[in-house]
Amino acid sequence: MGLVASGKAPKPLTKLLNLGRKYSIWMYQWGLACCAIEMGAVIGSPRYDVMRLGVIPFPASPRQADLVVISGTVTDKMVPSILRLYQQMPDPKYVISMGSCANCGGPYWDSYSVTKGVDQVIPVDVYVPGCPPRPEALLEGIVLLQERISNEDPAARWRGDPIVVD
Amino acid sequence: MTAVGTDQRQQLAYVATQAADARLNVEIETEGMTLNIGPQHPATHGTLRLVARLDGEQVVEAEPIMGYLHRGYEKLADVRTYPQVTTLINRIDWLGSFANEVPFILAAEQLMEVEAPPRAAWIRTILFELSRLANISLFLGDMGMQLGAITPVFFAFRDREFVLNQIEAVTGGRFHPNFDRIGGLKDDLPKGWIDETRGVMVKMRNFCDELEDLLLGNEIFEARTRGVGVIPADVALSYGLSGANLRASGVDWDMRRDNPCGLVHDQLDWKVWTHPDGDSFARYWVRLQETREATHMIEQMLDGLPGGPVMAKVPVIIKVPAGEAYVATENPLGVMGYYVVSKGDLGPFRVKIRSASFNNISVTPWVMRGVYVPDVITILASLYFILGDIDR
Repeated sequence: MGLVASGKAPKPLTKLLNLGRKYSIWMYQWGLACCAIEMGAVIGSPRYDVMRLGVIPFPASPRQADLVVISGTVTDKMVPSILRLYQQMPDPKYVISMGSCANCGGPYWDSYSVTKGVDQVIPVDVYVPGCPPRPEALLEGIVLLQERISNEDPAARWRGDPIVVD
Repeated sequence: MTAVGTDQRQQLAYVATQAADARLNVEIETEGMTLNIGPQHPATHGTLRLVARLDGEQVVEAEPIMGYLHRGYEKLADVRTYPQVTTLINRIDWLGSFANEVPFILAAEQLMEVEAPPRAAWIRTILFELSRLANISLFLGDMGMQLGAITPVFFAFRDREFVLNQIEAVTGGRFHPNFDRIGGLKDDLPKGWIDETRGVMVKMRNFCDELEDLLLGNEIFEARTRGVGVIPADVALSYGLSGANLRASGVDWDMRRDNPCGLVHDQLDWKVWTHPDGDSFARYWVRLQETREATHMIEQMLDGLPGGPVMAKVPVIIKVPAGEAYVATENPLGVMGYYVVSKGDLGPFRVKIRSASFNNISVTPWVMRGVYVPDVITILASLYFILGDIDR
């Protein structure tokens, strides 16, 4: 991947690469609270079934994952684990923050033990609002992430540059 | 001085391992190992962390470490008004959300000395039992998944959707209805809901039959659950277990029958299921029977639903007079109680929450001494706790 990493890959090759990455996302589940059940419904329920989008939800370890879904309330006690999880994931890596708690603290905005938003700790690509979001909302979040992957420059990702939201 | 023979020494070591207070590396030279399960592990339904000290394949000591989901409900309830508190406490046991609201609202009603109209009490009980179905159906599938059978959990998610649809049709929320009000309910049932719910109850009974075929008669399931994690009745009582965990130990105790405050369970014809064994199999079996019983209860309530208003006359701005009240109900996970202290303000002065899972999980250090590592997962799954209910 030297060519891609240096940013000198021709455009058609980049497109092909992005197409492949878009439809083979390995999704690590970091279920923390109520949203974990809705995430479970996305994975386990035949009504929603995330695998039809090309997302494989069962990596054995964060070291095999491309995407992590932080679903639920992030507490200050949990933050070191989340940071470590993110550091273990190989680049390019993506984060979906699911639910109001992970987005901004949600109903616990004035609690003493809750981290007000996981984006204080790790960069987030897609925010899925709701308390908890319906499974359809998480599916839409994944589709939005796939759109972003198909349009991005992989070289920047390989270098681990911070994400620029346009 | 006589030397101790090898056989005898081995025997001593074996006894020492079996004994609950065995220390590591005393008699035989096995390496002690500390196994860290969690804080994020599928078997812990979220963020319970379990530190197990192993001697070979056996657990010497297992200690649950909680607080990874502590959200400070009791402190937050001090600064919220009464209608706002119900929004929060929905999220304690997130699988059976409506059941969380009921004891708190009943406590507030006791303090205000208002009573919900009969129709509201019946609909409350229907939704209470529906949230039991939504909660326990997931357990019935999930327990299979923990033991290595993937199919039941797909069945559970499939059939749970029907129950959630019914809850959503009434309350507008799949998970967190926030539908209970002091003095009654927000709205009446929508048109056609009763007939649809009857159909769903048939579906849920079919789901129970399916799981009975899949799991209860399954040789592997029986081998992994029978005699695993036995909790005798006296231990269960002394640790304050409640709900199906207690009834699986043979204690015939159910708040729905023994103390039906505000709900209408006493007007229905139903049975409290118990099992004498107290092992993981018994806990599964009791919950399966309870799911069936809940569908029958809901059908009876749909038949006998009285007419009338669903809301008593209460002021628009709710001020609860000074006083104290404690109300506990039999929630899907066990006894859940709220001790509400009011000083006559818009919000409670102090709310103490007694949640079932906190007590249910407190028995793990006792029950996990001397079990094998795969049984840890079985016991955790069969005790069935929800992290929001433990950490609060």
